[in-house]
Amino acid sequence: MSSESGQTHPLGLYFKVWLLLFVLSAFSYMVDYFQFHGLLRWSLVLLFMTLKAGLIIAVFMHMAWERMALICAILLPPLVLLVLIGLMSSEAGNTWASRILHFGG
Amino acid sequence: MSSHAHSTSTAPSGWRGLVQDWSGDRAAFKVSWGKTMMWIFLLSDTFIFSCFLTGYMTVRSSTTVPWPNPSHVFSLHVGGVDVPLLLIAIMTFVLITSSGTMALAVNYAYRRDRNTTFWLMLATGLLGACFVGMQAFEWTKLIVDEGIRPWGNPMGAAQFGAVFFMITGFHGLHVSLGVIYLLVVAFKVRRGDYEKRGYQIVEIAGLYWHFVDLVWVFIFALFYLW
Repeated sequence: MSSESGQTHPLGLYFKVWLLLFVLSAFSYMVDYFQFHGLLRWSLVLLFMTLKAGLIIAVFMHMAWERMALICAILLPPLVLLVLIGLMSSEAGNTWASRILHFGG
Repeated sequence: MSSHAHSTSTAPSGWRGLVQDWSGDRAAFKVSWGKTMMWIFLLSDTFIFSCFLTGYMTVRSSTTVPWPNPSHVFSLHVGGVDVPLLLIAIMTFVLITSSGTMALAVNYAYRRDRNTTFWLMLATGLLGACFVGMQAFEWTKLIVDEGIRPWGNPMGAAQFGAVFFMITGFHGLHVSLGVIYLLVVAFKVRRGDYEKRGYQIVEIAGLYWHFVDLVWVFIFALFYLW
């Protein structure tokens, strides 16, 4: 741990990201407040979620300035979760269909 | 080559070797070991929360009973009207505010401004405690007024309560532990404990706190807004 080779960035950057996070949160709250439904609702919710998560990881957690080796070691493994989500989603569909077929809903 | 063979032969084996290897304070990735270890811990935590959220997706899409509408369940009655998700929105803004003060604390720590760092970390901790307080209020309202239990509720699918208490409870535990962690580091910063070692500890504590905020982003989107 060498003394002071840490992450120092202009304060203005943090204030801009902070403001953006507020605006994006307000937008996602608006999606519910104005009762958007269906595909529009889900795509907006996911869009704002991804943008907020990206800003927090890249700027607040300084991932944008880390070495590529650390970025890959931390950000790539969670991608295997997509396999789990895919499997469980098909499993849930199967369970749902069995419940409708054999238990009448 | 020979030095490599030499170093392996002189390194202690067995339990002594295990202790020496794990306490070697060696840096991987040319990033300090402390920061690397916090990232690896956060990666493992990512998998835990992801398993909870995937489990939630599974029970929600496999139930044949309608899922209670979060927009109604979490509405607050203010000034004669029901405002949907009001408390959750306030909690979200409180957590984002705390993330901002934490980011500033890291910056001031590297400038060796101990006093400002202390107050910013204290503010972060207080906002976190405020979040936990609002969560306690929300739980009380749901359990006492709305009759929601982990095994059932009057509004619809029985899994709603189990998922809600499990996911928000585990997140609330993270916030509570984070508040304690931040306060400990904040007081040590004020006392000058890190003057020699440097202030990366504040950045590492910040990583944990931003992660707690990050998890809330996903819970807010996938549980409360879906």
